[in-house]
Amino acid sequence: MTDVLDVALRLVVVFALFLVLPLLVGQTEHKVMAHMQGRLGPMYAGGFHGWAQLVADGVKFAQKEDVVPADADRRVFQLAPAVALLPYLLVLLVIPVGPGEGAVGQAVDAGIFFALAVMGVSVLGSLMAGWASANKFSLLGGLRTAAQLLAYELPMLLAAASVAMAAGTVSLTGILDAFEWWWLPWQITGALVFFVSGLAELQRPPFDMPVADSEIIFGAYTEYTGLRFALFLLAEYAGIVVLCGLTTVLFLGGWHGPWGTEGLGWVWTLLKTAVLAFVVIWLRVSYPRLREDQLQKLAWTTLVPLALAQIALTGIVKVVIQ
Amino acid sequence: MTLAAPGFLSPTGVEIAFLLVGLVTFGAAVLTVTTRQLVHAALWLVVALGGLAVEYLLLTAEFIAWVQVLIYVGSVVVLLLFGLMLTRAPIGRSPDADSGNRPVALAVAVVATGALLWVVVDAFRTAWIDLEGPARGTTAVSGESLFRHWVLPFEALSVLLLAALVGAIVLSRRNAPDEPDATDMPNAPDAPEGARPVGPDGRGGASRRGAGGAGGATEVK
Repeated sequence: MTDVLDVALRLVVVFALFLVLPLLVGQTEHKVMAHMQGRLGPMYAGGFHGWAQLVADGVKFAQKEDVVPADADRRVFQLAPAVALLPYLLVLLVIPVGPGEGAVGQAVDAGIFFALAVMGVSVLGSLMAGWASANKFSLLGGLRTAAQLLAYELPMLLAAASVAMAAGTVSLTGILDAFEWWWLPWQITGALVFFVSGLAELQRPPFDMPVADSEIIFGAYTEYTGLRFALFLLAEYAGIVVLCGLTTVLFLGGWHGPWGTEGLGWVWTLLKTAVLAFVVIWLRVSYPRLREDQLQKLAWTTLVPLALAQIALTGIVKVVIQ
Repeated sequence: MTLAAPGFLSPTGVEIAFLLVGLVTFGAAVLTVTTRQLVHAALWLVVALGGLAVEYLLLTAEFIAWVQVLIYVGSVVVLLLFGLMLTRAPIGRSPDADSGNRPVALAVAVVATGALLWVVVDAFRTAWIDLEGPARGTTAVSGESLFRHWVLPFEALSVLLLAALVGAIVLSRRNAPDEPDATDMPNAPDAPEGARPVGPDGRGGASRRGAGGAGGATEVK
């Protein structure tokens, strides 16, 4: 009985985090972007500095009509938002927030592979949406999404493989147990490659060619309205949370910190994740969008060689210290 | 791995789940080849490959299961959908995609299935996996058997994939010299504002990079 209760409790906690953290990132994005651009951002909803803006947005989305275009492929069109969103919930389940068995939703033996595999699945949601909408902009968006995923999946995997080599395990909790502070400079190239590839996979600026609102009108999501559109947006912000959490766990030492790792490990994890999420928002405000050929060039001629160099370095250091 | 053969009459929960997932996988596989909508075929393929990953999981081969999802669902199907969208993927039926080779294809499929079934059944007739004991498909166990017992086939496969990669690059570069310059790349005047001009090494066109992409996916496999 206690087992069932334990599992249920973990699922509830992870689900609550899944609902709250993306909204938190979204609200932060509103405010941070506004202040970086010399505006105030939302100020009225909820009273204090517009803290309830995204709740209000959610209510608004829920009230809107759910339109399916006449020529669209109905079932695929309606299924796509769920396919885009659910993988991130599953990934959140395996990210350890603190030391020990108790601080992870479900410890998975091949944690890195699980996380990266499931994150890749969520891109299928965008592809389905892009095709099923029967809209040229959507189809273009879907195509660009696919091209981008194929280009950036490889460097992301290679960078993650480097950490797995360093730790001698592919389990996320195992990697954190093996972490030492000097891994930070050792794996810094891999960390950058991983983070940049992850941004590209999430289609965040400056890699937002697939959803470029000013030229293909939000790409695969052009035809979506109401709650389904909100689900796609939620998937984007859940993706930011998952990417920052994974980068924290793989490269920044997760719950390790200068002090207080025993009781306050989860604070370190959340803090590092929050700083990375801030960087994601910062990049959106400061960099122009990359063109399609620049996107491909960056992946194949910069990130892949860098990731391979990181793997070579990891191997050499690993052999030397043994 | 060879235990006393358990009976068939009192299936455990895992066995029942295995059978049910197998049925779903089989159904999805059949739909993949019988549906008349091209993209639906690719999406049913996702279900079939995902079902296969669940089967691996039920057999405690966790590592293989996630690699299956990563490579097949995450990369191969995306590549497939990319190809479909790039060429021809109408919404609704595509009758022109049917060919007269259906009976031949069916015969080949039946023969291949028969051969595979025969080989697998013959090889593993008396082998049983003990699901209760320590997991036999963890990353550590898979890695050890791969790099201790099967290291030669593994390396041979790597060389094969490398050959495929080189071949793909050679094939896609063959047309490069007689192509007129810069037809398939954005010209500087058309480029969106803020975009940097493409340097001399930026030419080369999408075909070469596309091949690199396909080759890269192959290499991961």
